[in-house]
Amino acid sequence: MPAHSALGQSNKRLSLGEKLRQITWGLALTILAVSSIGFVMLYSAAGGDWDPWASRQISRFAMGFALMIAVATVDIRFWMKAAYPFYALSVVLLVAVDLMGEVGMGAQRWLDLGFVQIQPAELAKISIVLVIARYFHGINHDQIGNPLYLVWPILLTLVPAFLIFKQPKLGTTLVVLATTAIVFFMAGVRMWKFILVAASAAGAVPIAWSLLRDYQRQRVLTFLNPESDPLGAGYHIIQSKIALGSGGIWGKGLGGGTQSHLQFLPEKQTDFIFTMLSEEFGFVGGLVLIGLYTVIVLYGLAIALRARSQFGRLVAIGVLSGIYLNALINMAMVMGLVPVVGEPLPLVSYGGTSMLTLLFGFGILIGVYVHRDVVVPRRGDT
Amino acid sequence: MNRLMNRDRDAARSKMFTRRLALLAAGKMALFGVLVGRMYYLQVVEADKYRTMADDNRINLRLLAPPRGRIVDRYGKVIAENQLNYRVVVVAEQTGSVPATLDALSEIVPISDTERRRILREVSRKRRFLPVTVKDNLAWDDVSRIAVNSPDLPGVSIDVGSTRLYPFGDTTSHLIGYVAPPAESDLTGDPLLELPDFRIGRGGIERVYDLAMRGRAGNTQIEVNALGRPIRELARNEGEPGHDIVLTLDTALQELAAKRLAQEASAAAVVMDVSNGDVLAMVSHPSYDPHEFARGISGPAWRALLANSKAPLTNKAISGQYAPGSTYKMIVALAAMESGISPDFRVSCPGHMELGDNKFHCWKRGGHGPLDMVEALSQSCDVYFYEMGRRLGPERMADMARRFGLGSTLSIDLPGERPGLIPTRSWKLARTGKGWATGESLVASIGQGYVLATPLQLVTMTARLVNGGFAVTPHLTRDLVQERRIAERPQSSFPPIGVPQANLAVMLRGMRAVINDPRGTAFRQRIVDQNWTFGGKTGTSQVRRITEEERRVGLRKPEQVPWRERDHALFVGYAPLESPRYAVSVIVEHGGGGSSVAAPIAREILTEAMRLERERERTRPQGPARIAERSG
Repeated sequence: MPAHSALGQSNKRLSLGEKLRQITWGLALTILAVSSIGFVMLYSAAGGDWDPWASRQISRFAMGFALMIAVATVDIRFWMKAAYPFYALSVVLLVAVDLMGEVGMGAQRWLDLGFVQIQPAELAKISIVLVIARYFHGINHDQIGNPLYLVWPILLTLVPAFLIFKQPKLGTTLVVLATTAIVFFMAGVRMWKFILVAASAAGAVPIAWSLLRDYQRQRVLTFLNPESDPLGAGYHIIQSKIALGSGGIWGKGLGGGTQSHLQFLPEKQTDFIFTMLSEEFGFVGGLVLIGLYTVIVLYGLAIALRARSQFGRLVAIGVLSGIYLNALINMAMVMGLVPVVGEPLPLVSYGGTSMLTLLFGFGILIGVYVHRDVVVPRRGDT
Repeated sequence: MNRLMNRDRDAARSKMFTRRLALLAAGKMALFGVLVGRMYYLQVVEADKYRTMADDNRINLRLLAPPRGRIVDRYGKVIAENQLNYRVVVVAEQTGSVPATLDALSEIVPISDTERRRILREVSRKRRFLPVTVKDNLAWDDVSRIAVNSPDLPGVSIDVGSTRLYPFGDTTSHLIGYVAPPAESDLTGDPLLELPDFRIGRGGIERVYDLAMRGRAGNTQIEVNALGRPIRELARNEGEPGHDIVLTLDTALQELAAKRLAQEASAAAVVMDVSNGDVLAMVSHPSYDPHEFARGISGPAWRALLANSKAPLTNKAISGQYAPGSTYKMIVALAAMESGISPDFRVSCPGHMELGDNKFHCWKRGGHGPLDMVEALSQSCDVYFYEMGRRLGPERMADMARRFGLGSTLSIDLPGERPGLIPTRSWKLARTGKGWATGESLVASIGQGYVLATPLQLVTMTARLVNGGFAVTPHLTRDLVQERRIAERPQSSFPPIGVPQANLAVMLRGMRAVINDPRGTAFRQRIVDQNWTFGGKTGTSQVRRITEEERRVGLRKPEQVPWRERDHALFVGYAPLESPRYAVSVIVEHGGGGSSVAAPIAREILTEAMRLERERERTRPQGPARIAERSG
């Protein structure tokens, strides 16, 4: 097909060396930079000690970084083929965690496989993107215009989303829904349909309210007026804002965050790590991190733009958006812009599973770039 | 064809994808922009506000209670001081369970059920990291046993506080008062008052000079974590310790007087320096233990004190108002001289005086025969003074009485001073609506009837009689304490009372004869074995009705009735005779005769005052020295 070759699209297999050369090392370096900020903050969170958080985070990152490079060399057609089995595995794990997961922080989230604890919700985030991308890759533009063709991908989204919501993990549920919405949007679903869904979602708010757990409702209520209960439910938001604000432009210096180190901040090594960064390194520190995230986002968008296949584009958009939304929600949360939903800050918050799944996701994203010119057949069966 | 269509579709899809990607990118950047805007608002615009809030969060300003000033006597002997007080406290959040911890602790120090309930109540009220006192005033043994067992007693610790110690105990309690935790009404907004350990003065010197003795609170800025646990001290300001208060009191004399009065059921005595108004001793018996209040008095003990008919809580020396009886006769005599009656004028005493249908008796049934003023004083002839009272009327007696400090308070630096009462016609009219009867002048002339005076007024009267006629006023501090400041008391320059020296000399002769003339009422109390002697005046009064008014009305037990019906025994005196330095007044409630009961006490007190003076002249020829380590 001359037209195809003129566009540089090809079916030929790349050698490993070529693949490694194709890896977006700039993105990998940015990822390393963001994670390093995390290492420093974890060092500070422990009161100037590499134990217990920073050292483990570094070793997890090292493992994850290797995993990322390895995943980046995997042909995206493999992910096309593996999408449904991977998706099925995620759903099974979500059900399993529902049945026998470890309860932590009032929610069932972890599945202890003995050698590693996994959070199926994190895996589900990626697998949903893969199946939806595969589905939209397989149908054409006219079919997208037909609402019936949207029933299946919506179902594919809602089943795991419901299971995650049931854990209950409100933040992740919202990230999953928003991520798929972005993928739908990028796949070409008409605008008015989003408006319709948004309208009916607004109508469903009372129903959703009745399904929320007490502590989730409390979080929403507290978010709406945190000062109403300064020593109770609003405490975390208020203390987080005080920590941020008191950091000023330049911050209080590494280890100098009084709010963080005097235990006014909850979960400073995980959900509120951005607060601690902003307290100790100020507006400038926060700006640097947001800048690095922006670099990552721009890399991700560029990768989506460069990918020739719809599958590759949508996977890139989906994976990137999931990470972006996590970062956005976490930072907005600690600034008091959205309720405290308990989402970690990607690459920075302490957490092994989260780090591994993130780098796995970045691996797929980079893999899309490496395999940007690969011709992906309509159906996964080549 | 199909392929071409596909290619067109792919191209269209790519175009739309690119368009939407631009939208998405814009959206993502916009949302990050919102975050940056928010950060700018919090960290740049509102930074100062949040910085203050962060400091408020972490910095706990703790007041350091200044040590309360001591109270010392004129020779520097400590009357009130602070003693370290070891307490065991429990911090609820550090214990597994407070009741279990108390169980374990009670094996070392006993904890009663009442204490236990109080502790649990306080624990439930206070925040969980604040210490709650389990037991106060621990013995050192208990302290060390608790310290040794501390690994088994989580949340239990020893706290060092300070309690007020009164080495002279009930001997000085009426003067010194006591300290107690501030009541709601005492809170002025001064945070010092809200310290858990803070005590304010109640009663006596502790109350009058409370502000000066409090000092100024220091503070320490402590960095605390979110739980309120102290992390480190950021700054410290020690504050100012309270001023010491130096009293004019001589504790040696005070002790002797208290010991002597303790032999009576209910009595009071005051000793004063006649020239400068220094109160050297002031005793009211019975008394109470000030430590009970400092520790927190128990309900039953408090009720017992209140119910005691001998009023242990009242300082009778300034609050007890008694008919002065014959000790008032000097006033009447001076008023008589001032109205022109010569001291040589004689009145013949047949043992009574008739006025209208009434017969006014002299205490001596057979009468004294003809007497001049000095004889009438020394033998305390009532008829002589009835005659004077009849001639003078109430106003002239009252005028003289007021010049000697009777009938109004003397502004001594103690709370609870009462004014006594010197009746006049207008007073009676206002009080009862009735006119003055001449018979009432007769009764007043022997210090009975309406006339009332406190022991402090009587000693002041005596001092003014013997110091050359200066209106000396009594005080307990050597310095002038104003609010929080202490200044030197100006050299005493008391105004003259406006009585001719000749008239005063007559009084001195009369009071000398009371003791030293064989016909004097207190001749048996004269001193023969010393190189000094004393003068004075006895008094025996029956004003039971009025003293009862001062008391709380209670059920009278039959066996108390005879005691209550007895006369009050009074004596005012001074020593040494030639150049008087000490004045004394003694009252023994329902003690009987002034000459037989009160005069011997006054004699002992004056003897001790003279003995101490000589002893101190030997050891300290330069006289009482100010103590060196005074603050302020």
